[in-house]
Amino acid sequence: MDHSQNRPAYLQHHFSDVTQQAESAKLGMWVFLLTEILLFGGLFVAYSIFRSWNPEMFYNAHKYLDVTLGSINTVVLITSSVTMALAIRSMQLGQKQKTLALLWSTLILASVFLVIKYFEYSHKFHLGQLPGKYYTFTGVEGNNPHIFFSIYFVMTGLHGIHVLVGMAVITWMIIKTSRNKFSSEYYTPLELTGLYWHLVDLIWIYLFPLLYLIG
Amino acid sequence: MSTDTHDKSGHHITPLNIYLGIGLTLLVLTAVTITVSFVDLGGWNVVVALIIASIKGSLVALFFMHLLYDKKIYSIVFSMGLLFLSIFIALTMFDTLRRGDIDIIKSEPINKEASIYENMPVPDTTAEHNTDGH
Repeated sequence: MDHSQNRPAYLQHHFSDVTQQAESAKLGMWVFLLTEILLFGGLFVAYSIFRSWNPEMFYNAHKYLDVTLGSINTVVLITSSVTMALAIRSMQLGQKQKTLALLWSTLILASVFLVIKYFEYSHKFHLGQLPGKYYTFTGVEGNNPHIFFSIYFVMTGLHGIHVLVGMAVITWMIIKTSRNKFSSEYYTPLELTGLYWHLVDLIWIYLFPLLYLIG
Repeated sequence: MSTDTHDKSGHHITPLNIYLGIGLTLLVLTAVTITVSFVDLGGWNVVVALIIASIKGSLVALFFMHLLYDKKIYSIVFSMGLLFLSIFIALTMFDTLRRGDIDIIKSEPINKEASIYENMPVPDTTAEHNTDGH
């Protein structure tokens, strides 16, 4: 190709210029995030139905969730969103080492979130507050408390899987950043990772009050 | 926003103070929503919790996800998701919250017909007892 001299290495040949490439990638990411909203949306609908049918049971069952651990995890996830946003900002300014440090911080905070989640889960497993037919706990007043814990485990579980996937992608971004794949001119993959990570935070912002803070 | 800087490819760079300020606001709102949840507001608890969550969510989307500075097409795509999610929830609620009500309306003509049973003689249970005994 004779026009390849004026084209930077990161520009794919099917895009006419860098801006078009970046904007197409971003639009694709937003469409993916839209499907993520609808994926979790189905669970939010299930939550609405069962809570409206069993308001008392939901109130009684939610008391068995640990508000302190849930709050710590909210703070952890919000902080990780800040470090992610700052990581992209640092790359915009061309500061590679700062970007790496902030990506590592995001990764560590994500793993702290999952470790706390592990302790919450194992405590519930121990008490028999398991989903569906595996539910053996007898402490909750009201009809069918296993419904609350089924919803709790499916919603936080799917969210946890998203955190895990996010960690994998952030690791990938750390590798690419350290191999000098990004610069202040080109950092689209970092930006898309950020969008995904903020959506994971956004979903938790709704899950936390709906599950832990039923008034 | 004339003081904001742009990078070499012309992208907007959000000032550091905005990111830190938004982060701090999100933490404060988290504290507010936890505190409010322990005050009994009846049915308003869930409304207040969802309003605070939506303020937090908007801040994340507008600043961290850059929707405030980016092309409007991304905001439109995102809003479409939220729009269809609210249709999903609202229409489902019309069904699941009103199922009992439609049964009352449907059962009304049936109950009218069924009122003839009230004028029928009570079946003689003692006679049945006698036949069993023999």
